[in-house]
Amino acid sequence: MTDPSPRRLDESGAPVRFEFEGREIVAREGDSVALALAASGIRHLRDSVVSGDPRGMYCMMGTCFDCLVEIDGQPNRQACMTPVSEGLNVRIQRGAPVVGESA
Amino acid sequence: MSAHVIVIGGGLVGSAVAFGLLGEGQDVTILDEGDIALRASRGNFGLVWVQSKGDGMPEYAQWTRRSADLWSGFAEELADESGVETGYAKPGGMHLLLSEEALEARRDLNNRMHNVNGAAGYGAEILDRKALLEVLPGIGPDVVGGSYSPHDGHTNPLRTLRGLHGAIARRGGRYISGAGAQSITRDGEGYAVETPKGTFRGDRVVLAAGHGNKWLGPDVGLDIPLRPQKGQILVSERTAPFLPMPTHVVRQTDEGSVMFGDSHEDTGYGDTSSTDVIRDLSANAIRCFPHLASLRIVRSWGAVRVLSTDGFPIYQESESHPGVFSVNCHSGVTLAAAHALELAPMIAAGALSPELGVFSAKRFSHD
Repeated sequence: MTDPSPRRLDESGAPVRFEFEGREIVAREGDSVALALAASGIRHLRDSVVSGDPRGMYCMMGTCFDCLVEIDGQPNRQACMTPVSEGLNVRIQRGAPVVGESA
Repeated sequence: MSAHVIVIGGGLVGSAVAFGLLGEGQDVTILDEGDIALRASRGNFGLVWVQSKGDGMPEYAQWTRRSADLWSGFAEELADESGVETGYAKPGGMHLLLSEEALEARRDLNNRMHNVNGAAGYGAEILDRKALLEVLPGIGPDVVGGSYSPHDGHTNPLRTLRGLHGAIARRGGRYISGAGAQSITRDGEGYAVETPKGTFRGDRVVLAAGHGNKWLGPDVGLDIPLRPQKGQILVSERTAPFLPMPTHVVRQTDEGSVMFGDSHEDTGYGDTSSTDVIRDLSANAIRCFPHLASLRIVRSWGAVRVLSTDGFPIYQESESHPGVFSVNCHSGVTLAAAHALELAPMIAAGALSPELGVFSAKRFSHD
């Protein structure tokens, strides 16, 4: 699911590179992961635990918990609240993570 | 005979009664205070819970059990009429015990309840650690046992409330917000309720305003002794299902969030979260289920329980103001089905049945 015309309003800041589903994303210093993905035309960040439907960004300020992704192996990270840093490994989150031993 | 009934309070108690009244063919207007209200219905844990309720008042144990028995039909009715699934499930419930003393005290309680209500009427049993491990494999080393009741369950309280409001609208009830009752006065054969949205007239009035009942009671000859008690709740990020039934400290919702609760504070009508209680709730939940330590908490809140001074519900028609009924209870979720399907028909018929006499506030007067 990509937006055909993502447009970044502010092109300043040093480039920061990280991975999303194996694809290289070039962000700007100070971006959140969600912002960097949006600017790259990526909208599908996880699948709903309840319906399995795709979910993306909504509030962009930490409130809605829609933009959950897996970052460096840690699930349920809020993409909008996580600043980009060089070499992050970001994955789509599919379903709910398991705590402890799998039930 | 159809009457116009004004229900003061649009939370779980008022809405359940209003839903039931509409089912009896009554004309109903709900007057709700608005979002400045304490809103116990929007801050609670969501248990539909039977075990431990009614120690010292067997009629309350029976009333609670009756509601639990009615709950699945009630949830189906709400889903049919409103399209909102409440998330109600009845897998039984577990009270976890963290010391031998607590286990013995709980065994004594269950024995007392069985003696009074009969095993079929109560039905909670003590499981030792070994038996408990088979049901809840994730428990921590400090858990010595549990009390299991097959009559316990849980629901999503917000969806339950939304289902009620949807069904009320569909049944032709009116809901008016920003209309907190300021006074109730006689108006011919009926009553007039003054609110910031104007004066509403009804043949009958149901007081279901939570703590507001305490302030409104004197207008209609009712002295309702209520006290506030704060409870705090933490909610974790969603996780794969690991908890097959609710416990009194931790429950996992059908969408995967884990709620931690069971705090009790006497801090008046304040509903703010506090670090010390959040710490204790977390520590207690982790003692029960150690792997919860890896979960992040995403929300916390406090809410104020509506408790009578002895903890049991108060149902009463005013003697000086016939047709005015007051409904007061802590367990608005558990009792929602009984309020809709048993209590409301009594109010529609014009009198509480004698079996509810034990719940009158007269029990507090020592003449």
